[in-house]
Amino acid sequence: MMQSLDYATLRETVYTQKLSNGLQVMVVRRPEYSKQFAFFAARYGGMDLRFREEDGGGWVETPAGIAHFLEHKMFDTEDGAALKTWASNGAVDNAFTAADITGYYFEGTRGFEDNLRALLNLVSVPYFTRENVAKEQGIIAQEIRMCQDDPEDTAYYQLLESLYAHHPIRTRIVGSEESIGALTPELLHQCHRAFYRPGNMVLCAAGNVDPERVAQLAEEILPTGFSSPATVDLGQPEPPGAVRNYAGRKMAVAMPVFDLGFKGTAAPAGACLRQELVAGLACDVLCGPSSAWYNRMYESGVINGSFDCFYDAAPGCAHIAAGGESREPERVREELLAEARRLVREGVDPALWERLKRAAYGSMVRRLNSLESTCIDLAQCYFDGDDYLRFPQLFQSIEPEDVVQLMGAWITPERSALSVIEPADKENG
Amino acid sequence: MEQIHKKLAAGVELAMTRTEQFKTGLLSVTLAAPLRADTATAYALAPDVLYRGSRNYPDIQRLSAAADQLYGAALGPTVRQRGESQCVGFLCSLMDDRYALDGMALLEPAARLVSEVLLDPATSGGIFREDYVRGEGENLADEIEARINDKRSWSIFRLTQEMCAGEAYALDKLGSAAQARELDARTLWSAYQQLCRQARVIFYYGGSARPERVEEMVRSCFQPLLEGRDMVLSCQVVDEPAHPVRYVTDRLDVTQGKLAMGFRTGGIVLGHELYPALLVCNALFGGTAHSKLFEHVREQLSLCYFVSSMLDTLKGLMAVSSGVEFADFGRAEEAILEQLEEIRRGQFTREELHAAVQAVVNSLTSRKDSQGQMEDDCVTQLIARGTVTDWRQTVSGVERVTARDIIQVARMLELDTVYRLTGKDGQ
Repeated sequence: MMQSLDYATLRETVYTQKLSNGLQVMVVRRPEYSKQFAFFAARYGGMDLRFREEDGGGWVETPAGIAHFLEHKMFDTEDGAALKTWASNGAVDNAFTAADITGYYFEGTRGFEDNLRALLNLVSVPYFTRENVAKEQGIIAQEIRMCQDDPEDTAYYQLLESLYAHHPIRTRIVGSEESIGALTPELLHQCHRAFYRPGNMVLCAAGNVDPERVAQLAEEILPTGFSSPATVDLGQPEPPGAVRNYAGRKMAVAMPVFDLGFKGTAAPAGACLRQELVAGLACDVLCGPSSAWYNRMYESGVINGSFDCFYDAAPGCAHIAAGGESREPERVREELLAEARRLVREGVDPALWERLKRAAYGSMVRRLNSLESTCIDLAQCYFDGDDYLRFPQLFQSIEPEDVVQLMGAWITPERSALSVIEPADKENG
Repeated sequence: MEQIHKKLAAGVELAMTRTEQFKTGLLSVTLAAPLRADTATAYALAPDVLYRGSRNYPDIQRLSAAADQLYGAALGPTVRQRGESQCVGFLCSLMDDRYALDGMALLEPAARLVSEVLLDPATSGGIFREDYVRGEGENLADEIEARINDKRSWSIFRLTQEMCAGEAYALDKLGSAAQARELDARTLWSAYQQLCRQARVIFYYGGSARPERVEEMVRSCFQPLLEGRDMVLSCQVVDEPAHPVRYVTDRLDVTQGKLAMGFRTGGIVLGHELYPALLVCNALFGGTAHSKLFEHVREQLSLCYFVSSMLDTLKGLMAVSSGVEFADFGRAEEAILEQLEEIRRGQFTREELHAAVQAVVNSLTSRKDSQGQMEDDCVTQLIARGTVTDWRQTVSGVERVTARDIIQVARMLELDTVYRLTGKDGQ
C-alpha cells in the first residue's frame, strides 16, 4: 500500500511504499512542473571495496574504482533499448558515483512511463563482455587522467589521504589506471549481484507523475527473490586525529589552491541529517560570509570569494573542509583554529545565531525548487535512516550549544590537515 | 505561467514571469553596455565593489547579516557576456512569502537591499572606498588569471580569443588583470556613474507576486535607474570563416590534451529563420549524449573522453570541445569533421533526426522549471532582440524542422579555427 506523508511547513506530500521485492519507492508530486525526474540509486559507492555476500563465500576484495566502472558499464545494454527510448523522447539521462551511493537518473518532458521502464531495465540487467570491459578501460583511463589534471579534485583527495588513516573514503572513486586494469566481467557481475538488489536500492521520482504507476512499474520490472544485501567492511575505526597535518604538491594553477580539513566523528544511522545541519551551522558561525572571521580574512586578502566551508560525511567518516584559493593557506588554518577557540570560550552571539538558522532554513527550502536535488537528497537521507523533509523541525531542535560542542571537539590542531596545490614554475605556460 | 514585458522608460524594461511553481522568487537587475576594452574591467569590477557594502550595511558581515535575516536571500553580483554586450548587475533569489515561518513579506525588503547595494554604496569622500576597490581589483585579477585552472573551459576561451581576434567578442567579459590591479576608486566611480546613466536597464522578477506589486516595488526602489536613455547594443556577426583554417597550439603541464574547434554559422543567429534548424543540427551533431559526436567519436572510436558541441546563438558560433590523448589530436579532428560531413550529405536516420528534435524540445520546455534559466533566457532575448519570444513558438518551430533544413544549416557551418592544448613534452 502506498502511504502519503504530509510536510505542512514545506507544502509537500511524499508518497512512499516498500515493495515486496524490497525496493523503497518515494514520489514527490509537482504537477506544475513540465519535467519528470526519476532517480534510481544503490547504496554502493567508491568506498565499498571489501564485502561479503550473505548467501555464502568469504570476504571479497575489489579494486579501487569498481563502483564507478560498473556505473559506466550499465549503460552498455545488449539491445541498446533504454538509450533509444530516452533519445526518442528527448530525455536526458545520466549517472554518478559518490563514495557511498551510485545513482542513475533521467529527466524528460514526455513519455515518462517508457523512460522509467528504460531506467529500471538498464540498471537491473547487466551485460558485461570481455570486449566491452576492455573498451571501457580505455575510456575511464582518460577520465582518470582528466581528474588528475583537476587541481580542486587533487587537493581534495590529498586532504582525505591526510585526514584518514585507512578509511576507504581516501581512495579515488574513479580508481587508478592500474586498479581498473584488473577488472573483469566476473567481478562486475559479483558487485552487481551484491549491491544492485532492490532491497539495497531506492527509487525517487518527482514532477508531474503518478505515484501509483511508479510503484507498479518498479514492482513489475525489477527482479525478486534476493536475500539481504552484502555486508561492507570499512576497516578498523579511525583514530580521532589526522594522519598528517600537511600535504602539498605542484600543478599548473595560477594561485595556490587549498583544502583545510578537520576530522570529525561519524553520526549513527538516523542522526546523520541532524549532524549535517549542526555541522553546516558550525561552518556558518565559524567562517560563513556573515561571520566576523570571514569579514576580517577577506578584508586582509587572506581569502577571496572562492572560499567555502562545508561538511562532508559517509558511513564511518565525517569531516569539515574549508577551501579555496589563498596565498597564505597556513594562516587560514591558524586563524580558524583561533576563532574556534574563541567561540568555544565565548559562545555564539544570539542574534547571529537566529539569523544563521533562518538563512540555513531558507537555503534548504530553495534547494527544493530542483527536482533533481529533491530526489537525490531524499534518497541519500533514506539510506542514512533519516527523513529529509523533517529538516524544519530538526532546525528547531538545534541549539548554539550543539554547534559549540561540535567545534570544541573537531576544530583542533590534531584533527586538522592542510592540503595545498602550489603553482608549478611557469616556463612556457 | 504568465509572461509580462513592460517598458518603464526609453531603454528601461521590466520583465516578469508570474508563477507559483517555485518556493522562491528571483529578482535581477541588469545593466548592459557594449563590451569594450576600455570599460570592460571597470564594469566587471563595479558589482564586486558594490557587493562589499552599502551605506547602511558597510561591510560583508553586515550585508550578509541583512540577507540572512531575510531567510538567506541569495544576493550576488553577475557579469555576463551576451554576444558583444557586457551585462553586469545583481541577482537575488528570495524565499517565497508562503514559506516564511513568521509570515514576513520578503519581496520588498529584498528589493530594498538590492537597491541599496546597487545605488547607495559605502563611500569615502563621495567616491568608492579605495580599500574596497583595491581589494576587489586584486580578486578580479586573480579570478581572470585562475581561468587557466579549468582546462576545458580554458581551451574554449582560448579558441574564441584566437578565432575572434579583433572582434569585441574576443575580449574577456571580466576585463584584464593588469587593468583590474590598476583601477583606483575615482576612475571606477566615474565609470560606474557613466554605466548607470547610459546602460540599458532590465529588471526581471519571476515568482508568485502580482505584477502590480512588482512594478510598484521597482518604481519605488530603483527610481534613479528609471530615467530614459539611448543605448544601442549590437553584435558583429561574421559569416565568412577564416581562409585557410587557423591552427593554434598552447603547451601546458597537463596529462590530457584538449581539442577545441570553432565554426561560424554562416550568419544564422537567434531570430533567423533557420535558428530552430541550427538548434536541432547542433543537437544532432554534438549537443546531446545521443549525438553523432558522442556516439561515433567517443563511444565507437574511443577517441575522446568527452566531446560535445555548443552554440553561441547571438554571435553565430559553434564550438566543439573535447578531451583527447596527445597522440590522437589529428585523428579526433578528422573524425569530428567527418561527422559534420555526414550530416551535410544527409547521412542521418529518421530516428536520429527525431531524437535531436525531441532533445531540443525537451531542453526548451525544461527551462521553464528553472527560475535561473528563465531569467537568463529573458535577459538574453531582450538584449539581442528587444522582445521576449514565447518559448512555445520556438518549440513549434523546432518541431517543424526537416532533414532538408538540417542539411542546409550543416553546409553553412564552416570551420574557422582549431585550438590544441597539449603537454609540455607533447608533439
